[in-house]
Order: sequence, then structure tokens, then C-alpha cells
Amino acid sequence: MSDVLWVPKKTAPPWADGFQETPAGRIPRVAVAWGKAEQRGRRLCRWSNAFRMSYTVDPGLYAAGNPSPESPVLVTANYKLSFDLLRRELPGIDAWILVLDTKGINVWCAAGKGTFGTGELLRRLQSVKLAEVVSHRRLVLPQLGAPGVQAHVVKQESGFAVDYGPVRAEDLPAYLRAGRKATPEMRAVRFGWKDRLELTPMELLPALRRYPWLLLGLFLLFGLQPQGILFRPALAGGWSFALLGLAAILTGSFLVPLFLPCVPFRSFALKGWLAGAVLTGAFLALRWGALSGNLFLVVLAAAFFPAASSYLALMFTGTTVYTGLSGVQKEMRFALPLYIAALAVTAACAVLAVLRYWGLL
Amino acid sequence: MKYLEDVVTLRYQAEACTGCGRCLEVCPRGVFVRSNGKVALTDPALCMECGACMSNCPEGALTVRAGVGCAAAVLNGLLRGGEPSCDCSGDSGSSNCCG
Repeated sequence: MSDVLWVPKKTAPPWADGFQETPAGRIPRVAVAWGKAEQRGRRLCRWSNAFRMSYTVDPGLYAAGNPSPESPVLVTANYKLSFDLLRRELPGIDAWILVLDTKGINVWCAAGKGTFGTGELLRRLQSVKLAEVVSHRRLVLPQLGAPGVQAHVVKQESGFAVDYGPVRAEDLPAYLRAGRKATPEMRAVRFGWKDRLELTPMELLPALRRYPWLLLGLFLLFGLQPQGILFRPALAGGWSFALLGLAAILTGSFLVPLFLPCVPFRSFALKGWLAGAVLTGAFLALRWGALSGNLFLVVLAAAFFPAASSYLALMFTGTTVYTGLSGVQKEMRFALPLYIAALAVTAACAVLAVLRYWGLL
Repeated sequence: MKYLEDVVTLRYQAEACTGCGRCLEVCPRGVFVRSNGKVALTDPALCMECGACMSNCPEGALTVRAGVGCAAAVLNGLLRGGEPSCDCSGDSGSSNCCG
């Protein structure tokens, strides 16, 4: 994305409701109300990686309301959803919005990468000539941008003092009204039921996309007969395992994340394994009559499905807001060898199970 | 909610601290409290190693091995032999990743 100021166009972007003249040029004024497009955009962000990764707004300076040189400057990322969530909270507030180029990534993740960072902030202050637009020398940054920013360096290099605002944009009006004072609640990340429910599709969908591979494996496992690959035994033997596989995916990617605080253990791998083991145990008890003739299938199910749920639950650490790198590395160190072992047992049992119902074992 | 005990790499050097309170402002997990003109750690296990306190401490009194607590990123790093990386902006749009 370019470093130039907004290039005036004949028509404003659909989320703008006009332009504002500033000493540094003409900038768009954002509409603060959400329309259908914003609602749809938010939903699509949770369901489509491709959509989310290209949901951006041009970096630069924007106006909300009728800002004066004394109005506050609110800094955000150029992920459109971050931008939308911010402007939605600004009815009745006159402010400048400074959008940093974070390559379309949200504030928190961009701060972790350093793209929401000191360097980009200093460059962007220069390119929009903020010192000419406002008379004060203070910026409000979202608190979750702090990992990428060194406030004392920003002050040193640009003269602008950094105030870290609340974690969530919804608290911004109260924060500004209180004279830029945040309550401890505003400072804490929250990860309740609704937050988790909104974010589970991001884990569930990639997992479901791999489901056809499981179906293919099951088709071969049950359909491979001495005469060739037969459809009828594949269906008769495979359907229950196919359902179990679907349930194991839902357990690891949806149920464990949703009921996160209720599932025993702090380790995500253990949470997922336990839930998957309960599921597989129930399945084996229900299907014991059909499976007891081929114990290799029982061992296969016990090895594979809890491990699959465990792996998927472990992947949810990327979505949470309380897991740290050291903890995840520790989990990975013990879980990864076990996953590989589970896959080896699964493969061995699959071969043995086939030999068994061919009558060779 | 708390994650694993005894793994967090956050270290605080009280002698360097001037009590400016920046860490209280930036920590999203309430790890710090004011104490005798300086700060104290409530429960280090709360820390998620985001690095906000280290980045914003003007005195360098806080250190932490900052990074993403994301299994996909850690696995990515292991497979490629580098640092843990989300690689959101990279080649594959298929990884489940921050947005």
C-alpha cells in the first residue's frame, strides 16, 4: 500500500459520508453507522480465510464527526473489521482516525508481528502530516497494540505521547469521557462464551476440509477386499467410523473450545484428548457387538480419534487470549510424539484389520 | 482462565523499575500491581508472554521471551526449522490464522 495521502475521488467510499479539509489535504469522513455490508463483512471474516485476508481499508488519516485541531487521534489497523468496530463506537465523537498499514491484519496479531509497531506509526505520522493537522501531541492507541509499540521511543522520535486506550473499541467513549482513564475491566482481555462461539468456525472449517481424506481412508479400510475395492462392505463397515470421525472433529474444534473452562486440565492437548476419549469410549460401547470380532479396529479407533480431537483442541490455542508461547511449546513437545505414535498405531492396526477380515490373521 | 504453571519466562528487575506504571497500562492479563512506588507481580502464570510490558518499559526492567501462544505457529516453526510463525501474509491462505 502506498504512503501517499488519500487521493480524492469523485465518489466517496460507501462507508464514508463526505470529506474534510485539513492543512495536510482532503480526507474522507467516515460514517459511524453500520450498514448491511459491515454486518456481512464481519460474518464472512469468521467463515472465510480468503475473504478475511483481503478485507482491508487504505492506511492514512480519516475524520469521524467534525474533528478540530484539539480532537483526539485514534490509531488503528487497516483490517476493515478493526476499522469498522472502531468507527461504530464513535457517534457523537469528533476524532481523527489514523489507520496504520498492518497488511490487513488485526491490531493484536499485527502488534505481535511488529507491523502495528513503532516504525510504521512514526512513518504514518509523517506521511499524513499529523503535526500540522492537530495542535496537541497525544495519540490514543488500542491497548492490544502495545506489544509492537515502544511508547517512549514514539515520544522521543515524534514528540507524540502515547496513551493506551481500552482493549475493546466499545469502551472507547467511556474512556475518552473519563479523561483517558481506563478501568481495570477495560484493560483486561475477555474470552467469554460469545467470544469463543464467534471464533470457533475459524478452527472448525479447516478441520472439516480435511474430513474427505478421512472418508477416503475409511473407504479403503473397509472396502479393500481380496476381489478389489467393493462399495457395499465399505459402506456397511465404514459408516459408523465416518460418523465418529465427524463427531471427533466437532468435539476438538467446537465443543472443547466452547466449553473450555468446564473441560478438565489446563493443557489443551489433554482437554481435547479427554473429550475425544469419552466420545470414542461411548462409541465403542455402542458398537461393541459389531466390532468385537476385529479387535484391531477397536485399537485403531482408540488410538486415532482421541488423538484427532486432542490435536484440534490444541490448535485452538491460536484463537485464545490467554495461552503463551512457552506453554504451547511445552504442550507441543509432549503431544507431538504422541500424535505421531497414534498415527503409527492407526496405520498398523488398519493393515492388521484388513488382513484379519481377509482371514489371513 | 489460566494456562500452564511454571512455564512463563517473564522476569522483573525491581532495582531498574522507576514505578512509571506503563506495564499496568499495557498488560491485558492484570499481571502487575502497584507496590511501594514500584510494581509487583500478582501471578506470573496469568502472563501470556505478549511482550507489551517489555516493549513499553522505558527502563528495561521487564524481560520476557515474547511470541505467539499458537500451536499452529509453533508447529509451523518446527516443520520449517525456524521461529514460531503464523505466516498469515505468506503464501498459503489455508492456515487458520489471525485476521
